[in-house]
Amino acid sequence: MKNLNSVFIAFLAVWAVFFAYQFTVGRRMARLQEEIERLKSRLK
Amino acid sequence: MAAEAKSDLAPSLLWTVLTYAWLALAGYAALFVAPEEKTMGVIQRIFYFHVPSFWSAFIAIGVTTFGSIAYLKTRAMKWDWVSVSAAEVGTAFLTVGLVTGPIWAKPVWGVWWAWDARTTSTFVLWALYVSYLLLRTLVDEPDRRALLSAVVAIFACLDVPLVYFSIWWFRTQHPQPVIGDGGSLDPRMGKVLLFCWGAMLALFVLVVHQRYRLEKQRAEVDGLRMEAERRGL
Repeated sequence: MKNLNSVFIAFLAVWAVFFAYQFTVGRRMARLQEEIERLKSRLK
Repeated sequence: MAAEAKSDLAPSLLWTVLTYAWLALAGYAALFVAPEEKTMGVIQRIFYFHVPSFWSAFIAIGVTTFGSIAYLKTRAMKWDWVSVSAAEVGTAFLTVGLVTGPIWAKPVWGVWWAWDARTTSTFVLWALYVSYLLLRTLVDEPDRRALLSAVVAIFACLDVPLVYFSIWWFRTQHPQPVIGDGGSLDPRMGKVLLFCWGAMLALFVLVVHQRYRLEKQRAEVDGLRMEAERRGL
């Protein structure tokens, strides 16, 4: 099975890009949610 | 508030799990269901993620352009949120395409990258969308940021026909299309290709939806900050 390693590296790269991107979106959302709650409590 | 956030998260979590399950099945189909290509062998299987990632990126660019035109016509901020959400996700898909391409090219062409018309115009497209995203970080005022971004997004989409038609307009090293008119793709390969594209589209819809919610949250933070400033807090 020549080049099988390359195929696995490509598939891993696909998953890594999507996971990393969705992880950053999730983190940014969590940070903004905290900020919203902090600002709301300040404005109460 | 916390209950509201949790109920908002639940369908998204289920949707995320289902989408990644579909992606895993697509990976299985690409590796074990699709027949082996005779000339290239196993390396051709990269095609099942490389091609759909570009198709999905083109859809993302279409949504970005539509959102930008709609923003210029209506000045409604929701269209700017749609544009930036699709542009960021589209850039991720373009990145996947640009990363998987050289991994395929090295054993087939003997080089990681050839500066031919297709690869160069695709790289330029990626650079244009990265510039679009960078530009947005440099402008603080939301209306001005939305206006400038819409103009840049419409300009950037002009590169798409060049990317698509480059293999007919110029002599390139890139393979000719294997589907559509004159295509010779095995029907079983075509089915796996569509299955993989479906998984990528599901991921596209999921992440654009999440990214749109993020823009809404950002606008809420801006509004609350202005209110706090107005009250002198």
